[in-house]
Amino acid sequence: MVDSSQSIQSEQLKPPITRIGVIGWVHANLFSSVFNSFLTIVTLYFLWKIVPAFVRWAFIDSSWNTTGAACRAAGGACWSIVAKNFRFIIFGFFPYESHWRPLLAMIILFTLLFISRNRRYWKKWLGYVWLSGLFVMGLLLKGGLFGLPPVESTKWSGLPLTLLLSVFGLTAAYPLGVLLALGRQSRMPAIKSLCIVYIETIRGVPLISLLFMSSVMFPLFLPEGITINNILRAQVAIILFTAAYIAEVVRGGLQAISRGQYEAAESLGLNYYQKMRLIILPQALKIVIPPSVGILISAFKDTSLVVIIGLFDLLKTTQATLSDPRWMGFSVEAYIFIALIYFAGCFSMSSYSRRLERELYRGT
Amino acid sequence: MAQEVTDSTEITTPAKIPFWYDPTKRAIIYQVVVLGMVGMIGYYLFTNTQANLERQSIATGFGFFAKEASFEIGESPIPYSAADTYARALLVGVLNTLKVAFIGIILTLILGTIIGVARLSTNWLVAKLAGVYIEVMQDIPVLLQLFFWYSISYEILPSPRQALNPFTGVFLTNRGLIFAVPEAHPAHGYMALAFLGGCVAVWALSRWAKRRQEKTGKPFPVFLVSIAILLGLPVAAWMFGGAPLKMDVPVLRGFNFQGGLTLSPEFTALLLGLVLYTAAFVAEIVRAGIQAISRGQVEAAMSMGLKPGQVLRLVILPQALRVIIPPLTSQMMNLTKNSTLAVAIGFPDFVSVANTTINQTGQAIEGVGMIMVVYLFFSLSTSAFMNWYNKRTALVER
Repeated sequence: MVDSSQSIQSEQLKPPITRIGVIGWVHANLFSSVFNSFLTIVTLYFLWKIVPAFVRWAFIDSSWNTTGAACRAAGGACWSIVAKNFRFIIFGFFPYESHWRPLLAMIILFTLLFISRNRRYWKKWLGYVWLSGLFVMGLLLKGGLFGLPPVESTKWSGLPLTLLLSVFGLTAAYPLGVLLALGRQSRMPAIKSLCIVYIETIRGVPLISLLFMSSVMFPLFLPEGITINNILRAQVAIILFTAAYIAEVVRGGLQAISRGQYEAAESLGLNYYQKMRLIILPQALKIVIPPSVGILISAFKDTSLVVIIGLFDLLKTTQATLSDPRWMGFSVEAYIFIALIYFAGCFSMSSYSRRLERELYRGT
Repeated sequence: MAQEVTDSTEITTPAKIPFWYDPTKRAIIYQVVVLGMVGMIGYYLFTNTQANLERQSIATGFGFFAKEASFEIGESPIPYSAADTYARALLVGVLNTLKVAFIGIILTLILGTIIGVARLSTNWLVAKLAGVYIEVMQDIPVLLQLFFWYSISYEILPSPRQALNPFTGVFLTNRGLIFAVPEAHPAHGYMALAFLGGCVAVWALSRWAKRRQEKTGKPFPVFLVSIAILLGLPVAAWMFGGAPLKMDVPVLRGFNFQGGLTLSPEFTALLLGLVLYTAAFVAEIVRAGIQAISRGQVEAAMSMGLKPGQVLRLVILPQALRVIIPPLTSQMMNLTKNSTLAVAIGFPDFVSVANTTINQTGQAIEGVGMIMVVYLFFSLSTSAFMNWYNKRTALVER
């Protein structure tokens, strides 16, 4: 009697076959109700319509390394436009034999970014490494020292220009943004209102108006005889624009620091600069790293707007390729290629920012 | 006695503090210095500008407003010709911007809400697809997306003679998107009036119903009755106006279509790019808003005996909207600001018209100033609305 009841208990009852394994998963996630089943079927129908056609266009019928005419004959996607013009799209008008210089600069940048991902390395030396890295990158592009032939900045184009505008833009905008944020929190009415007016004005107008300002109004501001090249002017506009957004992000960080920290610093007898530099900013800036990555992402995307004032960034070199009669009519392929570049950059940054947010939130 | 008091104060307060250690005086000095520096930079730029303008003999001011614009604008909601003034050309630009922004915002809200809800769907396939959409669209610059859609319209779409015809009355060509619209009829005017009247009636009804419920406790099915009024009145007006059914169908004549409503390739590409891009951000906001409501709220509401509709209307929406509306308005503002990229694909929005004006008249300062003022006006009015809304919906904490 006792034995038999025990044997029933020990012989575990398996859940019904429709609730476990592949069938169970499909049942729970795709066909859990009438409406869900309907959704699944409709979605599958559209995928079945689109995906095979796309695969056929992009891979089966496509040409990878032919001439434009051969592409037109093949009928599928013409990736040859990317393969044949790869170096122009990436490096633009930079002297052909010196392409290794922007390439090396980009490799340095990516290495630095890769190192900076690890929070263990967030020490003072990393800041110096970054500063010297930026200097070396600038030197590689500009040349004129250590036997590197100088390259005029009008020849800077393609992906290095895009990266230059966004990375230097953010680096230069950060100190300005922190100053603006501190100014906005200040108790001095004149400084506070100046900062508020600046931040709100810049955040209220589109970036394109600042770029127009840099291209058509800037020359009027300068005394006769002084000219500043296009890239620097656009860079200034991007810096001024980004600084306002950084100011708002940093202000969030400053407000998130508890009052006790401010009061403790004051009761230790620290003055304003010591209080900010030693107590408040180190904490506040750490909190705002994830949203700052967000700003870097938008700066990276927004640099594409310099196309409108005629700078040859990645987007513009692609369009220049497309205006070549031999390659006309393959915009979709070329745009997909640079969209992949932008996507790779933004996606890696945003997933990093999300991971960082989780880590900081956990407090590990 | 009096002598003693003054003595004691002299003892407790030490010798007069030097003014540079006095925080109030120091603050004044800082502010004077900063203002002085800003003023000096401003003066320097101003004198430079004036000298440059004189040398290039450019007259400042808005005198050019009254001059003849002598450039054509591709599409305009109001009658415009090259013989009109710059002021009218700029007005056309503002109206075009408002048109794109208005239609774009409505479509973005609809698409963004659908994708945001889909992201939370229990259907694995739908949720994953929505996630991929959000990630991909957010990570590609909107300008690139505009170029992409525009290039499709002029490279891939056929000429009007071989127009694609996906649905009856809709034609896709490289001249734009052409579709059939109801033929003009006075009944449409009556319908619009009836709809406005219906809105007023619904407002009055909801006030009356609320008062009655507060007084007697009897609820009134406001929602259903409102829907009936809003749909019923225009339909009644349509029947009253003779129930016109005739459609203005586009017909191919020569090289292009006649009749129907044509959306230019530039407008279509701009709208498509802006809506698809911004909808990804709106979807994330909607998802976050819905997830911000704890399950307990819904369970508490249901255990109080509220019906599902009431749970949604009285418990979920008010809380979700408080989370959703502020970032949503800033996205709407972003859409409006991004519509300035129209200049890159040749849609005559305000920036594009202002740019042409700058190139023709050389009035760079006035032109850029106008662009900034117009967009500042949009964004300041948006943030004024936001402040009002935040005050209205702020949690009353005790």
